[in-house]
Amino acid sequence: MLSRRSREPTDFSAEANSTHGTIWRLSQVRALTGKRLLQSDSGRKFQYMFGRQKPADAGNDASNKPASGLVSRLGAALGRTRGRLVQGLSRLLAGGAKIDDALLDQIEELLLSADVGVAVTTRIVEGIRSGVKKADGEAEDAVLRSLEKEMLAVLEPVATPLEIPRKLSRPFVVLVVGVNGTGKTTSIGKLAYRLRSEGRSVMLAAGDTFRAAAIEQLKSWGEQNQVDVVAQHTGADSASVVYDALHSATSSRIEVVIADTAGRLHTQIDLMEELKKVRRVVSKLDPEAPHEVLLVLDAGTGQNALAQAIQFHQAVGVSGLCITKLDGTAKGGVIFAIAESLGLPIRYIGVGEGVADLKEFDAHAFVQALLAG
Amino acid sequence: MFENLTERLGGALNRLRGRGRLTDDNVRESLREVRVALLEADVALPVVKVFIDRVRERAVGQDVLKSLTPGQELIRVVRDELTALMGESGEGLALNVQPPAVVLVAGLQGAGKTTTVAKLARWLKEQQKKKVMVASCDVYRPAAIDQLRTLASQVEVSFFPSQAGGAPVKIAEAAIIAARQGFFDVLILDTAGRLHIDEKMMDEVRRIHAASSPAETLFVVDSMAGQDAVNVAKVFDEVLPLTGVILTKADGDARGGAALSVRHVTGKPIKFIGSGEKSDAIEPFHPDRMASRILGMGDVLSLIEEAEKKVDKDKAAKLAKKISKGKGFDLEDFADQLREMRKMGGLGGMLDKLPGMAKMPQGVKSQMNDRELIRLEAIVNSMTPKERRFPAVIKGSRKRRIAAGSGTQVQDVNRLLKQFTQMQKMMKRMRKRGGMANLMRGMGGGMPPGL
Repeated sequence: MLSRRSREPTDFSAEANSTHGTIWRLSQVRALTGKRLLQSDSGRKFQYMFGRQKPADAGNDASNKPASGLVSRLGAALGRTRGRLVQGLSRLLAGGAKIDDALLDQIEELLLSADVGVAVTTRIVEGIRSGVKKADGEAEDAVLRSLEKEMLAVLEPVATPLEIPRKLSRPFVVLVVGVNGTGKTTSIGKLAYRLRSEGRSVMLAAGDTFRAAAIEQLKSWGEQNQVDVVAQHTGADSASVVYDALHSATSSRIEVVIADTAGRLHTQIDLMEELKKVRRVVSKLDPEAPHEVLLVLDAGTGQNALAQAIQFHQAVGVSGLCITKLDGTAKGGVIFAIAESLGLPIRYIGVGEGVADLKEFDAHAFVQALLAG
Repeated sequence: MFENLTERLGGALNRLRGRGRLTDDNVRESLREVRVALLEADVALPVVKVFIDRVRERAVGQDVLKSLTPGQELIRVVRDELTALMGESGEGLALNVQPPAVVLVAGLQGAGKTTTVAKLARWLKEQQKKKVMVASCDVYRPAAIDQLRTLASQVEVSFFPSQAGGAPVKIAEAAIIAARQGFFDVLILDTAGRLHIDEKMMDEVRRIHAASSPAETLFVVDSMAGQDAVNVAKVFDEVLPLTGVILTKADGDARGGAALSVRHVTGKPIKFIGSGEKSDAIEPFHPDRMASRILGMGDVLSLIEEAEKKVDKDKAAKLAKKISKGKGFDLEDFADQLREMRKMGGLGGMLDKLPGMAKMPQGVKSQMNDRELIRLEAIVNSMTPKERRFPAVIKGSRKRRIAAGSGTQVQDVNRLLKQFTQMQKMMKRMRKRGGMANLMRGMGGGMPPGL
């Protein structure tokens, strides 16, 4: 398993005991999720939280909401937002403030700071305004409940995991696309690990034939996961690489083919045409392929992520999203806007650098981690 | 979605018309629109607040210039203020130290550090005539070192070989020694992408910095970055004494509000902007252009510069002379113009830089591709010189021949001739009324039909 600690260079002896960063992160997780842990009855979840679970459990655990490890991971990932949000709200509510425009303005600002975007934020805040008026009870609770309800209403419909049927006659093809630097290749490595842990046979196609050393990067992930990588040389036609991979996967009865593609800005029409070609060529071998077109979005991206989703969707018909880098302080709030305008299913989230840090998206956990203490 | 700030402000500002002075009351609503525009552009909220306050301070009490409407006046203030905040332009790299001058590049994962290192190396080599070496301290990401090695050979600079098992600080130290022994002017150190909250990794980059005492420490940030850019930049600036910022992936359609956030929170100048996949796609930063872009006012200045760079000046001058002399604008000139247009990146490239065009529906944009230009050119190329000079002679059988020669239909030839006639008329009008400005006004800002 590729954790930060095992990746630490060995001749780093002077700093061998400097695991400060890791400890800090764990304690942060503990602090943030303490309440939830007390409520949960088994130590298994505690283990899970620290990523020590057997990979085979990953799928089951992720569906164990809301007190699943996902919440914990997300709790750590989104902790800062929640801290600020709750802090902000309780500060406002401490003085027995009424739900007035000032409070709603504050909520609005907090949502805006999470990249939720002006349009969706305005809509959510308006929803609270009308929702809370009817509700009784404590002001803070009412506001939080209403906020949560509004946010869930947006995300729940798109929280559909990727289902790969067993016993397909032909390989299930996942085409991974996105702009430069969102983490496509890394996510593929993690996804391969995840599928391998579920006992599936996987093959990778090194379709990024443009970026220097992209093929080597994917091959290295392949070695780690003991998965075959089909590759040609840099500069080759990526459609032909994917075609080759699918061909070879079909004959060796591989279940899932994950195809990497070069990062491309959605505004570059020529490169988007190239992507369309990949799709066309793949569908010649199997009319149903690619079964999944996974768009990888960086949580750190602002409102432009919506433009990316729209353009990629128009070009190659995106069927799922993967949100990466949620382990930073970025909140990825733009997924609300994407969910509202495109309704694309959110399949996975990337919450760390370890190979197991790709989780199924869970709307409830996402929103809870963002709001609850 | 908004077309641009000017249009967005239109409604709110109409009410201001006829007043001679901007007041607190009459700018409030407009400033709210400015706020939304900035937020849509991903400028971080705290920065937006500070900025709005500054604009209000400057705008209120200001007399409205005669030539401007109050709305335009406010936009002028917003733009000036944005440009001022964005910092000085054209700051190069300060490499006046005992060689090798070390340039340390740091940032989040996927910001574009390695690509930027290669672009920077090429820029230093070609524009500054420096002898450049690059080295990678990224021992974590698979094949990161290979990536830099390949890029270094592409841009033909020296590469210091490092191993994935090595310690980043040791690599930096060894690279400096190698650069000194090889009499290199500049050593660019690439580092692994790291999260700003990963204390261990931040400590590592701090130690790389201490070990290499760089002349420039550059923070690389994605121009598509959202609200979080402000948090990230703050931590990096606290951990490392940054000397500048490089904005990457600016060739997309993001408005790049992160530039303002990062600039505001670090106070460090944005030195370069990366704007394309090729290794020469890096240019010094222009604050005024970025300001316009954030506000959705298009990058007209860049377009002008592009035109200056790529358009054949001799040909343009010849054409201008020909027209002013009263000689006809013929099909040969028409074909020349089509060629010039293609050189400037075609219609798509030009449209992207025009105000209000960034948000044009993709369908329309993709129709404006260069295929049409190439077709028009092919039709003209299939004509005899005489036909080009005197299009009036082109009748039925010539049309059939031209269509066959260019692989088009007679209708296409007809359409081209019609467009050409319209253009000829326009040229005549331009000559009569004097100057391009009049022409533009006559057209009501629209494009000629068919183009």
